[in-house]
Amino acid sequence: MSDKLRLRFSKTGRAVYISHLDLMQTMQRAFSRAGYALKYSEGFNPHPLISIALPLSVGAASICELMDFRLREEADLTELPARLTDALPEGIEVLEAYEADRKCAEIKWLQIEGRFEYDERDPAQMTEKLREFFSRESIVITKKTKRGMGESDIRPSIRSIEFSPAEKAVTLKALISAQEPTLNPEQLAESLRQLYPEIAPDFAKFTRIETYDKDMNLFR
Amino acid sequence: MDQRLERILPRVQKPARYTGGEYNQIIKDKAKVELRVAFCFPDTYEIGMSNLGMSILYHTMNSLDYVWCERVFAPWGDMYEEMKKAGIPLYALESGDSTSKFDALAFSIGYEMAYTTVLDMLDMSGLPLRTEDRPDLLPVVMAGGTAAVNAEPMAPFIDLFLVGEGEELDNEVLDLLRIAKRENWTKHEFLTRVAQIGGVYVPSLYDISYHEDGTVTAITPKDGAPARVTKRIIENLDASPFPTKPIVPSTEVVHDRVSLELFRGCVRGCRFCQAGYVYRPIRAKKPETLVQQGIETLKNTGYQDVTLLSLSTSDYRPLPGLCDGLLEYCEPRSIGLSLPSLRADNFSMELMEKLQKVRKSGLTFAVEGGSQRLRDAINKNVTEEDLLNTCRIAFEGGWNSVKLYYMLGLPTETDDDVRGIAEMANQVLHCWRMYAKNKNRGVKITISTSCFIPKPHSPFQWEPQVSVEEYLRRVNLLRSSITAKNVTYNWHDAETSLIEAVLSRGDRRVADAIELVWRRGGRLDAWSDYFSVERWMQAFTDTGVDPDFYALRERPVDEVLPWDMIDVGVRKALLIKEREKCYRSELSPDCRHQCAACGAAKLLKEIRCDE
Repeated sequence: MSDKLRLRFSKTGRAVYISHLDLMQTMQRAFSRAGYALKYSEGFNPHPLISIALPLSVGAASICELMDFRLREEADLTELPARLTDALPEGIEVLEAYEADRKCAEIKWLQIEGRFEYDERDPAQMTEKLREFFSRESIVITKKTKRGMGESDIRPSIRSIEFSPAEKAVTLKALISAQEPTLNPEQLAESLRQLYPEIAPDFAKFTRIETYDKDMNLFR
Repeated sequence: MDQRLERILPRVQKPARYTGGEYNQIIKDKAKVELRVAFCFPDTYEIGMSNLGMSILYHTMNSLDYVWCERVFAPWGDMYEEMKKAGIPLYALESGDSTSKFDALAFSIGYEMAYTTVLDMLDMSGLPLRTEDRPDLLPVVMAGGTAAVNAEPMAPFIDLFLVGEGEELDNEVLDLLRIAKRENWTKHEFLTRVAQIGGVYVPSLYDISYHEDGTVTAITPKDGAPARVTKRIIENLDASPFPTKPIVPSTEVVHDRVSLELFRGCVRGCRFCQAGYVYRPIRAKKPETLVQQGIETLKNTGYQDVTLLSLSTSDYRPLPGLCDGLLEYCEPRSIGLSLPSLRADNFSMELMEKLQKVRKSGLTFAVEGGSQRLRDAINKNVTEEDLLNTCRIAFEGGWNSVKLYYMLGLPTETDDDVRGIAEMANQVLHCWRMYAKNKNRGVKITISTSCFIPKPHSPFQWEPQVSVEEYLRRVNLLRSSITAKNVTYNWHDAETSLIEAVLSRGDRRVADAIELVWRRGGRLDAWSDYFSVERWMQAFTDTGVDPDFYALRERPVDEVLPWDMIDVGVRKALLIKEREKCYRSELSPDCRHQCAACGAAKLLKEIRCDE
């Protein structure tokens, strides 16, 4: 068996506030608690060979996170998910573990769901306006970059987006660019704050649903 | 999760500390428990989650099936502002429920600068601050921790204090509270009954009268409360519950590792040290117990580090065997073992080599006084020779960083003693030049000084603190005496120490100033981000509290001290004798060479002290 292994896991509920770095530490400890020895790097300051694809923003949920890891000894991958889940904090659930034969760099599209909360405004009306707004040719927002403020058009990173009215909210489903360039879903709400504050939601939250490659095949 | 909270969390720093949900947290069915306890730590999550005492008591309280004890910490400033704006009250991490609905708020108060945060947490729970303004039985507001050895500055706010170790005491109080709740007792009825439990101090059952000069005339108990409250201890630490399934934070905290407690108490009797007196008698755990609990905890947490806790690690007799036992498990798994609180006098090459196998950290020595005469006066039994010997071994072993800790303003300290600190640093530097294995890496010697704060129940409880001006004069004297460029000098600011000194030996009248500081925005005062000396000084002025009366005044030994109703086991006569020996620069042998009959052994029924 190849020693490159991959986990698919979800991060929901209270666990969405665990930062990327803290999640790495949490995962490392969970492996140890579950009785799996992770393989470490060689060198002066050995660290476990784990990496989580596409770091998730604090506050965002996901049911399709991927983590690559290596073990010191062979393990039964069918029982690993349940054992590891038992050793993880509330809100993190391992869905499957398998040998990884594709590189995470091949992930291109992310399916996401979102919820724009409107406390006072009419969801049906908002839905209309949101559809209109996101059918624009280009949506240029300013954002902080390493070199100061920069402009970027987020529209090409949105492959598809649809809205439906809900109770005091509008829900959305979208396919957005996962990397090169990366679109942080939060920028969907941010674009409204910058360009159309009248329909900017009072609060927005997102969940990652699924990962795809450039040809829209499921990525595993 | 509360929708208001959900909207705030993405905006605050490190939100994971406000959510709960960590591995090993204890969740119970709230419909099935009789008492809900909010275990409140008046500081941040990162500090509180590093506290072994809190971890132990969380588990002992939760071992009662009719109790659900949950954790509550003080939010950092950004979260605090957001909670206020959104009208979110203080809540417990496990359930997310507001603490105002709980049956008891139990505070762990480890240091004076947490006092304003205690008030803030009461207020954020929607409770009146003062016990007299909370007429109902529930919630009961209780507090324990080191601050309980002088509870007086917080006396008007807290319904009852738990003095000493809480493993048994907390549960006895909860047992009674359960009955009180079932039978609908009045608060007064509960307080008079709970005051009969050994170790419980109910401030409202004691009248304090004062002389015209502000000193205490008398402490008068009423409604059958005991004249003196004797501290509680656990006799058999091996049999006492230890949490081998502690909560593992999902975000970084200060001490993020397995902590093993070697023993309680200290054989040394340094005269400035409150802990050395109030935690007596000496009770050690067996190395087998520690190894077993250590391995179990490592398995249950996945931590990569273990640390050994005690007041003086080198005084743990079976230390080499314990280290062997732990290293046998840790080494093959790359788990680090660290030993803080080693003494300079019996630090051995063997031990150092053992630790080096895994990880090498800097060396820290608490030397405390700058001359042998002064160290004898404070009974800090470390000689220059010991220190230099240890440094030599360390430098030969490849260490290249040494930290030396001192206090300025100790009783009998002279300018020569202050200059002696700089000389000692030079000696250490010389030692490095003579013995260092690899001089290319250079050496770093750091001197730190803090201002001595006289503490209740120590032989120096009657001593004046030096003034801020005098402390700074000594700091400057030391600065100008340090010439070597490899020696760095850090000093604690004097003003925090003055405030601490007032609170540490304060009486009930200081409470008004604490409340006023809080009303003017004081909270998290242990953090320089929030501490304001001006706010404290102004509050002292506005409430008529003279800080010099509490901090700078020498008390006659026959004066009634505000904390005289608390008996930590050690006799006052011994403290007086130790103080007299200080003036003669006379050492007292440590407890193992000669028992001083301090009195703490009276707390033991089944075993002997340091057995």
